This record gives sequence, C-alpha cells and structure tokens, in this order.
Amino acid sequence: MNVLVTGVGRYLGAHLAVRLAAHPRVGRVVGVDTVAPTPELAELLDGRVEVRIAELRTLIGAIAEADIEAVAHMGIVSTPIRGGRPAMKEHNIIGTMQLLAACQAAPGLRKFVVRSSTAAYGASFRDPAVFTESTPPTLMPRGGFAKDIIEIEGYVRGFTRRRPDVTTTVLRLAPFVGPDADTTLTRFFALPLVPTVFGRDPRLQFIHSEDALEILVRSVVESHRGTYNVAGPGVITLSQAVRRAGRVGVPVVEPGMSAFAAFVKASGIGEFSLDQLDLFVHGRVVDTNRLVEEFGYRPRSTEEAFADLVQGRGLTRPGAFAVLRPETVAAVETLVLDGIRAARTAVTGRPGRGPTND
Amino acid sequence: MTDSPSRARTGARRTKPRPPSARRSAASAGAASTGAAADAKGGAAPSTGTAGTTDAATPARANGRRQSRAALNGHAGTEGRSNGRRANGVPWTPPVTPEPETASPPVPVDDHEPDIWDERVAGALRFLRRRITGQYDVDEFGFDPDLTETVVHPVLRLIYRHYFRVEAFGVENLPTDGSALIVANHSGTVPIDALMLTAAVHDETPDRRHLRLLGADLVFRLPFLSEVARKAGSTLACNPDAERLLRNGEYVGVFPEGFKGIGKPYRERYKLQRFGRGGFVSAALRTGAPIVPVAIVGAEEIYPIIANVRPLAKVTGLPYVPVTPLFPWLGPLGLLPLPSKWLIQFGKPIDTSTLTEDADDPIVVFNLADQVRETIQESLHELLERRPDPFT
Repeated sequence: MNVLVTGVGRYLGAHLAVRLAAHPRVGRVVGVDTVAPTPELAELLDGRVEVRIAELRTLIGAIAEADIEAVAHMGIVSTPIRGGRPAMKEHNIIGTMQLLAACQAAPGLRKFVVRSSTAAYGASFRDPAVFTESTPPTLMPRGGFAKDIIEIEGYVRGFTRRRPDVTTTVLRLAPFVGPDADTTLTRFFALPLVPTVFGRDPRLQFIHSEDALEILVRSVVESHRGTYNVAGPGVITLSQAVRRAGRVGVPVVEPGMSAFAAFVKASGIGEFSLDQLDLFVHGRVVDTNRLVEEFGYRPRSTEEAFADLVQGRGLTRPGAFAVLRPETVAAVETLVLDGIRAARTAVTGRPGRGPTND
Repeated sequence: MTDSPSRARTGARRTKPRPPSARRSAASAGAASTGAAADAKGGAAPSTGTAGTTDAATPARANGRRQSRAALNGHAGTEGRSNGRRANGVPWTPPVTPEPETASPPVPVDDHEPDIWDERVAGALRFLRRRITGQYDVDEFGFDPDLTETVVHPVLRLIYRHYFRVEAFGVENLPTDGSALIVANHSGTVPIDALMLTAAVHDETPDRRHLRLLGADLVFRLPFLSEVARKAGSTLACNPDAERLLRNGEYVGVFPEGFKGIGKPYRERYKLQRFGRGGFVSAALRTGAPIVPVAIVGAEEIYPIIANVRPLAKVTGLPYVPVTPLFPWLGPLGLLPLPSKWLIQFGKPIDTSTLTEDADDPIVVFNLADQVRETIQESLHELLERRPDPFT
C-alpha cells in the first residue's frame, strides 16, 4: 500500500510518515508539505520517505502519479504560520479542499485519514462536562483554528458522501504532549511562571505523542470508518498541571490574557490563540470509549502523558525554573512537622512523641 | 484512597464523648433498635410516627451515630491506619473510642489518649503537600474528592449541625448501592439548601456518599464560583451530564424549580413552583435510576425576600436582586443567613427501571414529574407541622 502524508514539515506528519515507512504493510510513503522540515525532522525522514516541498496545488498530482491508496492529511496547522491568520486559513482550508478534490479524482484511493482536533467542540460554560463524538458545539468557537477544524470536517463529510467506497477516518486529537514533541503547550509549561486565568481552573486532557502516532498508524493501516476522539482518559486541571510541573501559576484577569497572548507572540515562544484562551477558561474533556472499543487500544491516561512530559523534558530538574519540586516540598513538610513537634515538647514539657506514642 | 484519612478523622470527631447524646444512644437501646428495624425494612419510620417530633428524630440520629462508629471500628479505622503509614512513613494512631477496648493495656488515661493534635497537624501538612505538588485526583467533571473531604465538608458540617441544627429523616430511603436522582425543593435566595443537602447525604449515609449537584449555567459562567462548584462535585444541569453521572452510579441532586423556587418572595414560602420541562425525569428514566423526592424545610426563612429590585436584576443580568429584612439595610451584616431550624425528609424512592422505554414519552415524563412534585409538597406540609416555630 502506497501512502501520501501531508504536513511532513511538522512533528506529527514527519513522525507518522517515518512510522508508516517502517510498517510491513506499507510500500512507498510520499511526504508533502509547503514548508521544509526542520533539520532534526529532515534527518529522521532522510532515505525513508520521499519528501516533496512545494505549493500544495502542484503536489496534488502526486496522488495519481505515485499510485496512492491511502492519504493521511496531517497538514493542518493550529497556530498562524508565516503570513499570519490569512495564510493559516488558506493553508488549512484551501489546502484541504484541493487535497479532497484530488482524492475524489483518484479511483485507486481506499483510505482517507484526517487529523482533526477536539477544538471542534469549542469551549464554553454551556457545554456538557464531557463531549462525545456526537455532541455539537453549543457556540461557534471564536478561535481561528477551531473554525478551520469545523469547516474542514464539513468538507470531509461531503467527501465521505461522494466517495462512500473510501474508508474515511476523522481523528479529533487532544493537544499532544510527550518528551520529544515541541509544541506551544509544552513550551508553555516550561515557563518559570505560568499564566492562568483568574478564577478559572479548566479541566484539560492530553494525548501522549506516542499514542497519537500509534492510533494514526493504525487508522491508515487498518480500517476504522468514522469520527473518533483521541485523548488520554482522565483529567488534569490546569492548576494541577502547573504544580506537577513544579511551576507557579500566575492568575491573570481574562482581558489581561490577550495582552499575554501578544507577549507570547512577541517573545517568540509560540502563538497563543483565542482557541487556547477559551480552553484555558472553560477546559475541554472528551469521551474516549468509542476509540478504545474500535481500535482495541488504550492510550496512556492524561496524567501519565503529562508525567512523561514533565519527566522527559526534565521540568522538575534542579535549575529548570522549577520552584516547587516535589522533593523540596516533602523536605519542607518534614521540617515544619518536626519543628512543630519540638516546639510542643518544649511548651508542654513532655517528651516529644509524635504520632508514635504506643 | 485519598479520602480515607479524612474519613477516619471525621469519625474521630463524631465519636468524641458527648455525655447527653452518648448516654441516649447507648442507654436507649430500644430507640436504636427501632431505627435498625426501620432500616432493615427499608420503611419510613418518620412518616408513620408523626406523633412526637423528637421521638422520630432520635432513632434516625442514634442510628446514624451507630453506623459511623461501626465504620470507624471496622474498615475505616484500619484503612486510615495503613494509608497514614504509607503516606507519612510513620504509623497512624487510631482515634479514641468511647467504648472500652478489650485489648487495651491498663495505662493512665492521660497517656492512653493518642496525640490528636499531632495527627491533625501532620494531616494538614500532608494535605498541603498534596495540594502544592498537585498529587490528587480530579474526575472528568472536575470533582476533587481530596479538597471536598478535607475542606468543604468540615465547614458544611459545622453549619449543618450548629447553625441550622439540621435534622434529616429517611436517609435509609437512599439506595445503598448504585445511583439515585435526588429531587428537592429549592428556596432561600442563596442556594444554601443545596449545600445542606450535600452535607446530609454525605454525613448521614453509612458509606459517606457524595451528592453530585446539577447547577444553573449562571454558576458556571462566573469565575471562582464555577471552579468551587466543579471541585465540590457539581456540574452543569444538562441531560448528558446527569445521565453520565447516573450511569457512573452516583447520587445526582437536582432542584427542578430552579430560580423560580429559590428567588420566590417570602409570602409564597413552601409553595412548590412549576417543575420546568421535566428533563430530570427523562434522565432518570433513560438510566433506570430511582427518583428520591426530598423536602427541605428551613431554607425559606434564611433570607426572606420581601421585594425584588427588577430593574437592577435586568441591568446586572442576575435572575433577581433580593431585598430582605436585613439586606441591603445592614450592609455586609445583612448577608448573614437567619438561623432557622431545618428539617430534611428523604422520601420513598420511585422506581423507574420498568419505564426505561418511555423516556421520550412526554405524558409519562409529565405524570412522573407531577407525582414527584406532589410527594415533595405533601412532605413539606408534614415537616412544617413538626416544626411550629421556624427558629427553635
């Protein structure tokens, strides 16, 4: 089976392409993107994947030419690329439309897998606590990425109707974290002081990058028709995540977050979009039962995925801006307890017995 | 696991020797056994025994205390001990029990008493460490049992016992295992009745169940309040959440009157308002969870609404802006609720397991909602007869 992977210039596309190339049931892997992979990713791809970098319009011909049977559409960006939001929208929506047009014209195509996002559910206080695949968004999300995702899913639904012979899989991915995945979110938790929204403690969910890739590979190689939430079961609140990363949260009032978003952009650590702001106010939790049943694969829980991020990136290592390292806190606890016991012994005049008196 | 140390601690507080009540529960074996009998039958002792109000109260309370002591001497004690050792590295000493222990060595009373204060300090520090390092669990609705057990319930318990002097009847009507939809009347301007109902369910059930409340979207729109509500186990009142909680085997608490009930003027006290669209009934029907009607008397008097400043409510987007005898005249002091005497009656559960097919039949849903409403209204009248003066 020959596979076309879009978005090989970025983490998810590049890693998926490499994994597919190593899979026994996959023949050729053609990787396309509009931007060249980073040196690190290029080294990974080198010799395993045929990488073609050009405008998407000119790349579509690759489907017919390379006798492609499966397309994995990973080329959807979540933050504005060079050229700002208009370029991002162009890349996401026009790119998807052109890809779908080419797919529709390819008679040999059997599978179409698209990376969507749980951002499709939006985030608002009127939403149920847990989204299932059939929950519609209550309010139209205000973030650009979420709007793109909803539009892309709409085009993919249209494609599914026109080509019922193609197995179409829509994977709504939660934000992915992992020791080697470098995203805005992972950079966010590496800040010495992590901004949070005043009076809000959203429930978050993550998917381990390894699990996300495993599920993507399975959906290309196996056959799973439909829409699936891809997230680590369980929940971690933002305050909990900040503390587990050994950080200190700095509550910022909601309007102040826009200023923070501008700061993030200016400081070059990444983009902080309205999608993420809404996520940081209301949180988002999805139900993953359908995924586990259909794929027979249980991803690492959100807690485990986050713990791996903290561990893998050494966030609580000495010198990594971690103020509240677990060892320090435990030591302070013992110190304070011993101090109180000593003080009580001094005052009451009885021998210090702690909790072990019998 | 996270709740066991605090459970043991609350048990210790409950069994602290309180001379008159201890004597009553120990000596009046008759009262305790009637309570146990009512428990075994699953019947409603209070509704049949309407003659004496205090008599009806005694078995329920004695029974509750007996159960908590049994839990303490049984699994809760040992669990707390092992947990304490694991968390702290040092053995945990059991709290003192008023009953004589057979194996206790004849040591002076002073030394036999374990160091309660040391355990409290160590427990508080353990709690702080868990909070600072984020080592606690939160469920998918945002419920934080560690915080709820350690901070929220102890505060609620004080108000429950000493401020409103709440008496709960018919707690045995709650199913001991599995889910239940607990439907109650809503009143009191500020939803303190929801908090007291949570305290009643948690403190009076033998295995200390949590009540998962369904809240209005106003609660989840506001910063702070939304997070406190989620951490204490509430979620937005919508069918997907209610059904999910019921399928998980939880007790779900709902106030179908909503703002119409809680914001009604004092002159309409204890008159149940309309029951919305009956969405709560279909949630129970779809999951087959029994409906337990609950009547709460006492909340109407805490902030008696004599007027509603409608224009101000319109401007602020609030459902009502109340004027009470104390608020806003006394400023912040007017925020203090009046110390009324509260009674909570848990009614007989209404089985819905046979009606699962009819969840979308509006006639079945409306009839069942009406039945629940009438049961609560009747129960309110009965409770009011038992409490002639709101403030005694």
